[in-house]
Amino acid sequence: MAEVLVYVDHVDGAVRKPTLELLTLARRIGEPVAVALGSGAENTAAALAEHGAVKVLTHDAAEYADYLVVPKVDALQAAYDAVSPAAVLVPSSAEGKEIAARLAVRIGSGIITDATDLEAGDEGPVATQSVFAASFTTKTRVSKGTPVITVKPNSAAVEAAPAAGAVEALAVTFSDKATGTKVTARTPRESTGRPELTEAAIVVSGGRGVNGSENFAIIEALADSLGAAVGASRAAVDAGWYPHSNQVGQTGKSVSPQLYIANGISGAIQHRAGMQTSKTIVAVNKDAEAPIFDLVDYGVVGDLFDVVPQLTEEINTRKG
Amino acid sequence: MSLRIVVTVKYVPDATGDRHFADDLTVDRDDVDGLLSELDEYAVEQALQISENSDDDVEITVLTVGPEDAKDALRKALSMGADKAIHVEDDDLHGTDVIGTSLVLAKAIEKAGFDLVVSGMASTDGTAGVIPALLAERLGVPQVTLLSEVSVEDGVVKGRRDGDTASEQLEASLPAVVSVTDQSGEARYPSFKGIMAAKKKPVQAWDLSDLEIDTDEVGLEGAWTAVDSAAQRPARTAGTIVKDEGEGGKQLAEFLAGQKFI
Ligand SMILES: Cc1cc2nc3c(=O)[nH]c(=O)nc-3n(C[C@H](O)[C@H](O)[C@H](O)COP(=O)(O)OP(=O)(O)OC[C@H]3O[C@@H](n4cnc5c(N)ncnc54)[C@H](O)[C@@H]3O)c2cc1C
Ligand SMILES: Cc1cc2nc3c(=O)[nH]c(=O)nc-3n(C[C@H](O)[C@H](O)[C@H](O)COP(=O)(O)OP(=O)(O)OC[C@H]3O[C@@H](n4cnc5c(N)ncnc54)[C@H](O)[C@@H]3O)c2cc1C
Repeated sequence: MAEVLVYVDHVDGAVRKPTLELLTLARRIGEPVAVALGSGAENTAAALAEHGAVKVLTHDAAEYADYLVVPKVDALQAAYDAVSPAAVLVPSSAEGKEIAARLAVRIGSGIITDATDLEAGDEGPVATQSVFAASFTTKTRVSKGTPVITVKPNSAAVEAAPAAGAVEALAVTFSDKATGTKVTARTPRESTGRPELTEAAIVVSGGRGVNGSENFAIIEALADSLGAAVGASRAAVDAGWYPHSNQVGQTGKSVSPQLYIANGISGAIQHRAGMQTSKTIVAVNKDAEAPIFDLVDYGVVGDLFDVVPQLTEEINTRKG
Repeated sequence: MSLRIVVTVKYVPDATGDRHFADDLTVDRDDVDGLLSELDEYAVEQALQISENSDDDVEITVLTVGPEDAKDALRKALSMGADKAIHVEDDDLHGTDVIGTSLVLAKAIEKAGFDLVVSGMASTDGTAGVIPALLAERLGVPQVTLLSEVSVEDGVVKGRRDGDTASEQLEASLPAVVSVTDQSGEARYPSFKGIMAAKKKPVQAWDLSDLEIDTDEVGLEGAWTAVDSAAQRPARTAGTIVKDEGEGGKQLAEFLAGQKFI
């Protein structure tokens, strides 16, 4: 059976969920061979094996943390040369897309970005893309070279599928371009203790209607009652009320949770681009004409300062 | 010293219009107004600021690959303050994908001559966000991308990249390719004077033969990817909308409980 290269996104050996989803998709087209780089790479093996990786190629070097993107491209290319895979799958993070694109040009292949689904086809893997702010769905293929495809979070279920997951050291020789862009300082994002925005099953967001950073406590309280992640519109982020890392939309994160609750958000096309594929959508907005209501399964026309605290209290009461 | 900046700008269908696909599954450009991708305004803005903060002799060239109407995007960038423009236009470019587009842009940038390329973080139609990385790969220069802050001094570009798990300070020697995000600072509006001046600024036209690119490397035929189908997402079924009359939060909780979220 053909092998499929899967690029592993991990933090010091802890595999992030989108990579496990990639393994589910990879198994539809072949045998997953994972590539894990950097500090803690070998510690990824157990989780990857449990989800179907037949092999885990690992390599660690200071370059991965000290220089931007290119060392990882060099390593992925080394893995590509060693494995000759039928396809290369990479998680659709900003960095993942850049790594994938540079690999594609090096190996003379096409690339599909931000796939939301993947299946085997007669002429190679067929990707689904959700485009034009999620108003269209396209089916696309790579028609030249080995398909390189980046896949968005929440595109497949994580499935247990135990496999060997044998760890093998990957031999990597860095190119002379590897050290071109130096990372001179790195400040890790502070953990909030809440679920990762792109991976959360429930997202509770606030917009301009929240009207101030201190008021975001209302949004956070609702989120915590549901075990949800907190999102924000660009208007709320631009006003300095909430960090940019929580922005949902075209230039923020794109989320696809089971439940999305929009509070004081009008529903501009650029916001919808990041949340329109959520399974269930709920909105609280005092303007009955707000475009967000076109998307909702359930909407409350009202003041969020009344509705949201009441909702939070009711949830907490029901949970007992 | 001189500093030659090339800003790549894309002409896109207005995102607030009713965007759809043409029969050949390329972007329909006839029924929706086109404009300079808003996210490329940030690239033009940062190039202008780099120029304003520099003692060097800076020249800013804006470059687009696109159909006849893409001139509008160039004019807008010129009216913001860029010095000159290059328009790569060729019927054989219709349907080009990211690999092909990056090839054409890279050849044009090389032909124009550059010390710094400034791109947007992503286009507002294709939204791949990969062209800047591809340009760095093809041009063989450092990639300093997705910056929310950027500065150039003494032949070194520095910037801040806010990533998924960390915020990073980056540094590279010129020549280099940078891309900037919509967090890098509001783009200026063209002034009346700027709009008038733009009319007189030079716009150079190049086609594929000027760039010595074979037609089998670009266009729908030469594409590395194929679109098999495009379907409009069915409209979401209309939901229940209630007006809060004191019980809105409780009603919403009831709905969520019914859906097993509580
Ligand atoms: C290139 C580009 C990229 C962009 N990217 C993004 C992006 O990634 N994410 C994003 O979100 N936006 C993005 N935008 C901005 C987008 O166009 C909108 O401006 C933005 O989403 C508006 O945010 P909002 O809904 O919070 O604010 P508004 O549109 O001002 O809406 C506020 C809403 O709150 C309601 N409200 C006010 N007070 C209350 C109250 N007390 N109770 C209940 N409701 C109340 C109002 O009725 C209104 O509907 C982008 C724009 C451009 C041009
Ligand atoms: C809905 C949709 C999905 C697509 N999916 C794919 C895909 O999966 N794979 C694929 O190969 N192609 C794809 N394409 C084609 C791709 O969008 C075009 O090839 C496009 O020219 C470049 O990609 P982008 O717009 O995504 O650029 P991005 O990488 O998002 O653009 C980043 C920056 O590059 C610069 N830039 C991009 N295009 C130009 C240009 N023409 N002229 C000047 N500067 C430019 C701008 O500075 C821009 O801000 C898709 C197109 C559409 C409309």
